[in-house]
Amino acid sequence: MNKEYYHWLLQCQELTGNAQRRILERFPEPEEILKASGAQLEEILTPKQAGAMREHVNKTGSVLKMQEDYGILERKGISFAAVTDPAYPKKLREIPDPPIGLYYRGKLPPGDVLSVAIVGSRDCSEYGCCVARSLGDYLGRRGVVVISGMARGIDGISQQAALGAGGESYGVLGCGVDVCYPSSNQRLYDELKKRGGILSPYPPGTAPMARNFPPRNRIVSGLVHALVVVEAAKRSGTSITVSMALEQGRDVYVVPGRVTDRLSDGCNQLIKQGAGVFTDPESFLEELQETYFLQRMLPKGPEAEQGDMVRNARDLPEDLLVVWKALDQTPKAVDAIWEATGRRMDQAECGVRLMELVLHGKAKQVSAGHFCRT
Amino acid sequence: MYSTILSGALLGINACMVQVEVDATSGLPSMSMVGSLGGEVRESRERVLAALKNAGLDVPPKHVTVNLSPADLRKEGTAYDLPIAVGMLEVLGFFPEGSASGILFLGELGLNGEIRAARGVLPIVREAALRGIRECIVPEVNAGEGAVIPGICVRGARELEQVMCFLLAGGKEREEILPQVSISPEELIRGQEAFQGNDFSEVRGQGMAKRAAKIAAAGFHNLLMLGPPGAGKSMIAKRIPGIMPPLSLEESLEVTAVYSVAGKLGDKALVTERPFQSPHHTISAPALTGGGNVPRPGIISLSHRGVLFLDELPEFQRSSLDGMRQPLEDKKVQVTRVGGNLIYPADFMLVCAMNPCPCGYFPDRNRCRCTEPQIKRYAGRVSGPILDRIDLCVELQAVEVESLQGGAEGESSAEMRRQVEMARRTQEERYRGTGYRFNGDVQAADMDRFCTLGEGEKRCMEKLYAQMGLSARSYHRIRKVARTIADLAGEERIRTEHLLEAAMLRPTQEVWRA
Repeated sequence: MNKEYYHWLLQCQELTGNAQRRILERFPEPEEILKASGAQLEEILTPKQAGAMREHVNKTGSVLKMQEDYGILERKGISFAAVTDPAYPKKLREIPDPPIGLYYRGKLPPGDVLSVAIVGSRDCSEYGCCVARSLGDYLGRRGVVVISGMARGIDGISQQAALGAGGESYGVLGCGVDVCYPSSNQRLYDELKKRGGILSPYPPGTAPMARNFPPRNRIVSGLVHALVVVEAAKRSGTSITVSMALEQGRDVYVVPGRVTDRLSDGCNQLIKQGAGVFTDPESFLEELQETYFLQRMLPKGPEAEQGDMVRNARDLPEDLLVVWKALDQTPKAVDAIWEATGRRMDQAECGVRLMELVLHGKAKQVSAGHFCRT
Repeated sequence: MYSTILSGALLGINACMVQVEVDATSGLPSMSMVGSLGGEVRESRERVLAALKNAGLDVPPKHVTVNLSPADLRKEGTAYDLPIAVGMLEVLGFFPEGSASGILFLGELGLNGEIRAARGVLPIVREAALRGIRECIVPEVNAGEGAVIPGICVRGARELEQVMCFLLAGGKEREEILPQVSISPEELIRGQEAFQGNDFSEVRGQGMAKRAAKIAAAGFHNLLMLGPPGAGKSMIAKRIPGIMPPLSLEESLEVTAVYSVAGKLGDKALVTERPFQSPHHTISAPALTGGGNVPRPGIISLSHRGVLFLDELPEFQRSSLDGMRQPLEDKKVQVTRVGGNLIYPADFMLVCAMNPCPCGYFPDRNRCRCTEPQIKRYAGRVSGPILDRIDLCVELQAVEVESLQGGAEGESSAEMRRQVEMARRTQEERYRGTGYRFNGDVQAADMDRFCTLGEGEKRCMEKLYAQMGLSARSYHRIRKVARTIADLAGEERIRTEHLLEAAMLRPTQEVWRA
């Protein structure tokens, strides 16, 4: 009966997490709340919440209706885990104020596998994109679970990379699990459903409202052992996630950036405050393994192609190497690259060399006039 | 009494002959005009009567009928004032009958008897010459454009009185009253060869953009420039006509005809500089492509044989831009009205400029604060079919202060023009007798014939095709542009480096992200 009751309670949108918990404490059985008087409700709720609750009871308040609603959920292929269920993620239950239930499609994250959250800016730079991708790829191949918010930018890129490497990944949404937000991540959404899971503390059909996202971030950090911040501007949603992670006692690692990059300001600030510094996936994982003695870690496979590339560049012919050296992780304009080669060739030739590097897979054309290293 | 005077009407940029027939009989004094007349032509009655009176020629009270033949052709414009006045003078016996025969008249009259400018003198005079007419009298300001037509004597008149004296006089005296205007178009063209105006050496830095401008000018390719505000996009666009070869006489006559029809020639005899048009982004569709109640050439026809520059491309109305789709393919624009079809030439080079994102600084993430959906929406405002017709896309960088203060001077327009002319000569030889003029015109079907690739180059294209996810259209575009790059380098064969450079400059659907 628990599940139906919890699902019914979550559907009342006025209630905060705390209010839900207070109700459950006072009225552990559904029949009790259905019979509760206005005064009883007002004892534990604000007048507004109490009013909403009364209305909710009037409209849908019967045990039969609760069961019916839950049946609809199951028919939609959406699963539900209440906080009291054994299936509810153990790590999440340990955090202060865990959500009283989780809706999910696919699976719930396994409790016995090392899991890492990769978070960062939605409008990330080429550098952030590159780091997120290689980290997601590495973790995916080592069997580490990657959990994030399935947002544009860092979140989605790292999750896609983890799935691409054959790993498992879970996305925690700030809307209903049947809503794909942002819609540009539809492919990722579908893959996550098959090869991991989509999770949400909100009932199906909930729209992606701004106020839903900070609680979502709390779940992301609650589900993992460690959090990696790839790129974050000074005041950003990522900083909320970080403070929640620290509150929950999670390890926070930060990818350092250049002091001139505004998109790395938030990261560098965190390093200043004593966050762990992320330099490469391997040592990061080693540190984690020392802290958490977890099995089921896959052996170190062949090294990532991304890593190889830097070393392989030395095999390039001299004229290409000159241009490659002038390139950077962040996109650079052709004219600037040409300047950096010491104007050894004319601009047109510099452009041709860049395109050759692209064909070799050593460079990437970001836009008509900008190139960066892959 | 009855008289017939020759005049002409415009049909697009062509013309046809019109007979102005005037009849005077005794009866109630009146003047009626027939012959499918537009508003301006009907008002001509008042202008002619007042002008005759003020020129000191008193019109006796007669019943006058004027017919403009062919009567089923819609007559527009004010150029019929003079022929109607001359016809009345003849029919009323002010000068001997037959003095005006074989002479074509064009011109608007002022109430004081002054003869004012008319539209479309050049096409009408050209048509007259073709029909074997030997002499014409046109407003003095338009005499130059008429005089570039060989085989016809063109005289420019300032006042109605002069015309009257001319018709009264005979033989040699006539030449003294209204002397024949003679102009050598060849000399006019030659005189303009040294390009006046802005020079490319004033553009500091922006090496890639200048290179792209040169390639575009050499092969008549359409060009898109992306860059932050103030990077010099319009500066470069303005200098593109200056690196194109000077107009040939044939081209100049085509352009002059369009300007004459549009009434934008002023007192110039010939347009000798490459047209450069830069309309504001609020322009309406008919203003851009031509049309209107009384059809006139649009901006794209005024850019014929020259450059049409659209700054802030995403701000243009989609409906206006979409009107250019067919003209960009056909090199001409067809204006269809109930009264018939008109065709205006529109063989222009399209140069567009836009910011890469709403704020203008993408992909510099330290300055650009636009979110990805914002950038996508901004670029999405540009009509896809227009982007499809662009061969080259180049990005400009914000100018740094060092390059503004001193720094090396860039390549000059004269030097760039020399290279462009060389490439154009190669194309001229290649396309002789094929109907093509430039590499930019070559259709996909003729690609193998004119843009031949060797084995190595084919492999390079295959690699590009696979790695960049090219479409068939962009595949052909890269080959066309590579052909021009090879022509600029003076190479017979397209080589791998030409293909790679062309591939770098290829436009993509999502302009900012390859």
